[in-house]
Amino acid sequence: MPDAATGRKLFAAHCAACHGQQGQGGRGAKLITLTRSSDDDSLFNIIRKGIPGTEMPPAPLSDDEVRDVAAFVRSLGHGSTIPTPSNGARGAQIYLKAGCAGCHTIGSEGGVLGPDLSHIGTRRHPDYLRRALLDPEADIPESFGEYRWFTVIPNNFLQVRVTTLDGHAITGARVNEDAFSIQLRDVSGRLYSFWKDELKELHKDWGKSPMPSFRDRLTPAEIEDLVSYLASLQGGK
Amino acid sequence: MAQAQVPYARILRAESEPGSWLTYSGTYAGHRFSALDQITPGNVAKLKPVWIYQTNDLNKFETSPIVVDGIVYISEPRSGAAALDIRTGRPLWFYRRELPQDIRPCCGEVNRGLAILDDSLFLGTLDAHLIALDMRTGKLRWDVAVADYKTGYSITVAPLAVKDNVIIGVSGGELGVRGLIDAYDAKTGKRVWRFWTVPGPGEPGHETWSGQSWKTGSATTWVTGVYDADANLIYWGTGNPGPDYNGEVRGGDNLYAASIVAVDADTGKLKWHFQFTPHDVHDWDSTHVPVLVNATVRGAARKLAMVANRNGFYYVLDRLSGEYLTSAQFARQTWAKGIDDRGRPVLLAGKDPTKEGNVVYPGMHGGTNWFSPSYSPKTGLFYVATREEGTRFYIDHSKYSVGDWFPGGGIAGIPGVEPGGSIQALQSGTGRAAWEFKLHSPPWSGLLSTAGGLVFGGSSEGYFFALDASSGKPLWKFPTGGAIFANPIGFLSDGRQHVAIAAGHALFVFALE
Repeated sequence: MPDAATGRKLFAAHCAACHGQQGQGGRGAKLITLTRSSDDDSLFNIIRKGIPGTEMPPAPLSDDEVRDVAAFVRSLGHGSTIPTPSNGARGAQIYLKAGCAGCHTIGSEGGVLGPDLSHIGTRRHPDYLRRALLDPEADIPESFGEYRWFTVIPNNFLQVRVTTLDGHAITGARVNEDAFSIQLRDVSGRLYSFWKDELKELHKDWGKSPMPSFRDRLTPAEIEDLVSYLASLQGGK
Repeated sequence: MAQAQVPYARILRAESEPGSWLTYSGTYAGHRFSALDQITPGNVAKLKPVWIYQTNDLNKFETSPIVVDGIVYISEPRSGAAALDIRTGRPLWFYRRELPQDIRPCCGEVNRGLAILDDSLFLGTLDAHLIALDMRTGKLRWDVAVADYKTGYSITVAPLAVKDNVIIGVSGGELGVRGLIDAYDAKTGKRVWRFWTVPGPGEPGHETWSGQSWKTGSATTWVTGVYDADANLIYWGTGNPGPDYNGEVRGGDNLYAASIVAVDADTGKLKWHFQFTPHDVHDWDSTHVPVLVNATVRGAARKLAMVANRNGFYYVLDRLSGEYLTSAQFARQTWAKGIDDRGRPVLLAGKDPTKEGNVVYPGMHGGTNWFSPSYSPKTGLFYVATREEGTRFYIDHSKYSVGDWFPGGGIAGIPGVEPGGSIQALQSGTGRAAWEFKLHSPPWSGLLSTAGGLVFGGSSEGYFFALDASSGKPLWKFPTGGAIFANPIGFLSDGRQHVAIAAGHALFVFALE
């Protein structure tokens, strides 16, 4: 029989750093309601194998331990839900005013320099969203935490700066790269592809984010409204 | 009786017909070197695809083709084979095998190639059989079970044909099998000898396994070995001890895991062994193609075996005695202070897998892996595709159950640290770096050096490329569109030099325009 008490301990060690001690979410998804696993088998598979293309890695646990963790995760749904402030409508206006849509997509609208935000409310805790607005570099999108045999598209929005042989400087988010070439997208959304031997300089800004801090651009109240709007984005229309 | 088309004597002299590719590594010496010299640094820019053959299978395509008398013979994923016309790539026959539903390959339903001898081709299968095919038609000649796949065995390795026998190894090192190397009579499929890579009770080396741990000791043999006809010795690398990450249940050095073994080609009797990673807990299989070179070391003529090991070190051994001669670090590593004067690693403390996870370089897939190195007698350089990638190693204490996954732990990547890789050229006598060509990500492709002065390699982003063998300068590249998990080869067709590589799900063949 899966043991939720053992699962709680394993969860604290392996899962809580991203999902929060009570599954309230953080960098990882909120686990109060489970949008990706409708039954025990699918929950087991997600914990055991991770979710390809996301930051969710496979758990380095035995099958029995995974079942224990799954039992604990199931029990989270009976706890209290996380209250979110309810000024989403004002937040939607601020989202447009602050220019977020220049780089982010919701549904089919917006730019593609940064991460898609259509489901961000299911994936990030409001505290995380607030910090991302105030201090974007505190927790830039990570990659490589999940072991991969090879990477088709890096998808970590790495900021790169290049200078061409004829002196043009371009800053953007890396879309893809190989030993011989690199593809990037600048803040206007324009896509560039360079052979590396066409570049005088190629600099990777590890730890930097193309996103500015909104600490001085929005008031604290506006930040809260924006957070509540983002937290409301659950992938619906 | 008509002369067999590819008798042993022809494979033994493969060096004298560089237009063919008669055994996994080109010759028995494991050089993966093409003695053809039409393609050079001066003209390689004109290299173009001649034909492409698509497998119609979405598993990784890892074949190293056999080429002889106008036909390219390949294995295909899920234990198939095909004969292709050398001029056009048109198929001449296929062999397809129905596999059981419950096969147990650890890491993909793959196969790395065929062996050829007389008039037959030999293929190891995912259900752990060895089969012989009529090279004219692809029809099955015989089919023997090497081991019971239900207990965790599978076969992905290309066999090695030596004299009258076909030598084969097994996979299953993550499923607690007991490793072996077998020889089968090429005519009949009758087993001639077996060498267990984990010694049983009463055999030397058995004492290096605590309790009953030898029974699930793994030490599998999933990369093709090499052969020295003068010494009549077969050299073969062995895999990780099982369970991979939990060393607590298998106290001792765990012979002959993570080793190279030299066995008599006629009897399978062990002549010597050298263990690269005693009591490995990081899944550092020593399943590499050893490179056999004769050279002068410290004033004395020596017959050498060279190995760039998954553990991050390059080794030079005397291949008649197994004596350790020298080593050098070639890949990033954080687990050993160095190698002592008998070839044993001097360990750093605190590098074992833990419940919380412990970051070590090289990672689980090693400083290099199964893909072949190349040695050029022209430059004297040993070329190796190198991985720079740490992993976080976890231990667990799950119990063994027959035929099930039994790793004793797990791994994860390192968040925020982008893995990398390179092609390294090492001075073969010392392991000192001669040059390096940086890759974007860790490679899964082997290398081919050529008498024309080039090194061909592949990247995980799908480029097949040529470097200057002396300087490492990139001279040519072709984007195949799929990650490369294979070894390149070279051959002649219509008097013109060709190079070939499996990439994505297709075989690409190139020649000068």
